[in-house]
Amino acid sequence: MSGPDEKPAGAGLGDEILKRVVVRRFDVQDIVLVPILSVVIALILGALTMLATGVGFETIGRSFVALFTGSLGSLSALSETLTAATPLILCGLGLALGFRAGLFNIGAEGQLILGGIAAVAVGFMLKGLPAIIHIPLALLAGMVAGALWASIAGWLKAATGAHEVITTIMLNFIAFRLTDYLLRNPPIQKEGRSDPISESVLESAQLPKLLAALDPSYRLHLGFLIALLAVAVVYWVLFRSTIGFEFRASGANPEAARYAGMRSGWIIVLVMACAGALAGLAGANQVLGVLGRASPNFSAGIGFDAIAVALLGRSHPVGVLLAGLLFGALQAGGRQMQVAAGVSIDLIAIIQALIIVFIAAPMLVRTIVPWAFRAGSGARSGAR
Amino acid sequence: MAAIESASSAGAHPALDRAARRQRLVTAWLLLGLAVFIAVVFGTGVTGSATFRLTLPRDAVPLPNLVVPAAPFIYVVAGILAFFGVRQFLRGGARWSSLFLGIGLLLAVAAFLVWAADGKSFSLTGMLESTVVRAVPIALGGLAGVLSERVAVVNIGIEGMLLAGAFTGAVVGSLAGGVIGIAGAMLVGGLFGFILGALVITYRVDQIIAGVAINLFVLGMTSYLSSQVLTEYRELNNAPVFRAWAIPFLSDIPVLGPVLFRQNLFVYGAVIMVIIATYYLFHTRAGLRARAVGEHPEAADTLGINVYRVRYINVTIAGMVAGFGGAWFTLGSVGRFDEGMTGGRGFIGLAAMIFGRWHPVGALMAALVFGFADSLQQKLAILQTPIPSEFLAMAPYIATIILVAGLIGRARAPAADGKPYIKE
Repeated sequence: MSGPDEKPAGAGLGDEILKRVVVRRFDVQDIVLVPILSVVIALILGALTMLATGVGFETIGRSFVALFTGSLGSLSALSETLTAATPLILCGLGLALGFRAGLFNIGAEGQLILGGIAAVAVGFMLKGLPAIIHIPLALLAGMVAGALWASIAGWLKAATGAHEVITTIMLNFIAFRLTDYLLRNPPIQKEGRSDPISESVLESAQLPKLLAALDPSYRLHLGFLIALLAVAVVYWVLFRSTIGFEFRASGANPEAARYAGMRSGWIIVLVMACAGALAGLAGANQVLGVLGRASPNFSAGIGFDAIAVALLGRSHPVGVLLAGLLFGALQAGGRQMQVAAGVSIDLIAIIQALIIVFIAAPMLVRTIVPWAFRAGSGARSGAR
Repeated sequence: MAAIESASSAGAHPALDRAARRQRLVTAWLLLGLAVFIAVVFGTGVTGSATFRLTLPRDAVPLPNLVVPAAPFIYVVAGILAFFGVRQFLRGGARWSSLFLGIGLLLAVAAFLVWAADGKSFSLTGMLESTVVRAVPIALGGLAGVLSERVAVVNIGIEGMLLAGAFTGAVVGSLAGGVIGIAGAMLVGGLFGFILGALVITYRVDQIIAGVAINLFVLGMTSYLSSQVLTEYRELNNAPVFRAWAIPFLSDIPVLGPVLFRQNLFVYGAVIMVIIATYYLFHTRAGLRARAVGEHPEAADTLGINVYRVRYINVTIAGMVAGFGGAWFTLGSVGRFDEGMTGGRGFIGLAAMIFGRWHPVGALMAALVFGFADSLQQKLAILQTPIPSEFLAMAPYIATIILVAGLIGRARAPAADGKPYIKE
């Protein structure tokens, strides 16, 4: 068992995570076959869950049809899929950046919420600005808020060695309470309301709908293009820039990176800030593009689902894009499933959790479907 | 020999010294800052005196109310804190600084209470009673964390295990009564502990990813079952609640009686589990082996301990403890399951484990502190203080960050914590 890529036990948690998350060699089975099989097995287990809770075969069939038509079946469904995928892609990119640098950031949810609140604040407080200035300002506010919140964890790690998993979990809860407070008090709370809800974002800060010309009910908005842009930028930063090389180097081998003269503390803070900025952008995107205001739980667990997206995408920007689209489709289809077949959308959460398990445990997938791996991997994965 | 010693000490000690000095300074500044804050913010606003009610309506031995003149008390506390702070600056040996800090924080909390209750009447015993009740799930979550991290398995999935226990407790409790409900909750909690073990030990999933996945899975599964099944069959979500059970004689002691000895099964169960876990971990052969596996699995393996088996067993037991803690939410509290009803208590349990320095008794004590903050937050709404309760609710999380960062004291995890062990 002591192969060349086995590290001694003292190599640290970050390396262990990294080994699971980042694929260094091109391996068709791991990159293509395992994710596809994971999704298929998770869907099958989802069907079995429905069966176990007394849902009839006919309803199960109907819900899978609804899952498909609700996500890809029409232009409206496609618009819903892309709308749901947008924050997942943005947030997943941030987490992927962290994974690449050996940082496990569980705090995306808190960064996303605070980013959203900051974007709402800028979105309704600055009056009389043209959209071309107001929108970038509001997005920037979200990014800055997320970045600052995340860099607390980065700074603590760099300065004191506090593990980022614990600090980001705690920062999440602090962010939740802070949001509770902000939404219940002026100036964020909507005037004349006693329940926690924010003022509405002004027209000039709302992200324009992309398909409004076809049908105003299509919700797809500018945020999706921003997410695509972010994929390109993160790809360039990670694989084409010096700082990206430093990110990856300090993730792959922190000791070596330090000996090579890289400032490890600075890199940790910077990576966390970038991840937080992307999560904050995702939050800003939700309030400016979809919801129009902030309310409790407006984040809807996107920060946690994005962990799954980053894992499924193997921490590669393009992989994150594809994984985000898949999860967006599951969300959009899940809503349709709830309406058309009466099956609770929480089933989607089960399927997503199962996908994480299988992605993180390729050995488990190999145990469940050994026949898929026996033959030449290229032909098999092509056939699927 | 001397040369080697000086070389090694030159390598290790400056860093330690610096850390110790930093801790000392941070502690000193914290104490001084608290003193100033208390004198300025609390001291100036108060006029009357605070009345603390010590007896509950049904107590056997009534006690007179405790009346504290607010302004003098607050200034005395501020003075003591300032003295502690200056003393820390001048000669703060690291030896007593945590004790002084502890006393200082306790006094600060007392001053805060006096300030909040100034001119009003406040049931101290009632708050302490609810402190203990609220500490139960946190303590059990923390104990579950201790049991699994002592064998080097990081358990982020405690929250999910609590939730699974809460759900099972409600459903099985509704069908077959409370005791069987608890058994079912422990069984399901143990199952998730075993699943965590299987994922991280046999399938070598990263421990944090496995924990996150368990949390998401249980949240999804219980929410799905709740909206798909429980809304239709309401009789499945109507469990009996364990009533308080007064221990004869002990429950008649003023203040302590109602707080400690007039509680329900879960409070007594949590205390008993903490005692058993302490005995197991530190006074039995199996416990020594478990700790060896957590500190140095290679050495343990060399001595013939089956590392994988020890980890499986301990993580499963941890899951059962968390399942019992989860049953508190339904069988020990409200009798019905609501989606996501654990509300992050599992993560506070994780914080309690760190605060308690990976020791069962420490985790229990930390849980009591967090339970106190929790119940204080509830009571503050009644007293209508100008401090928003949300900020008080943040306190446990901020305190955890400070502790993890080693700004005040340092909590040390088991050496192999979080690392998978791959047998050669």
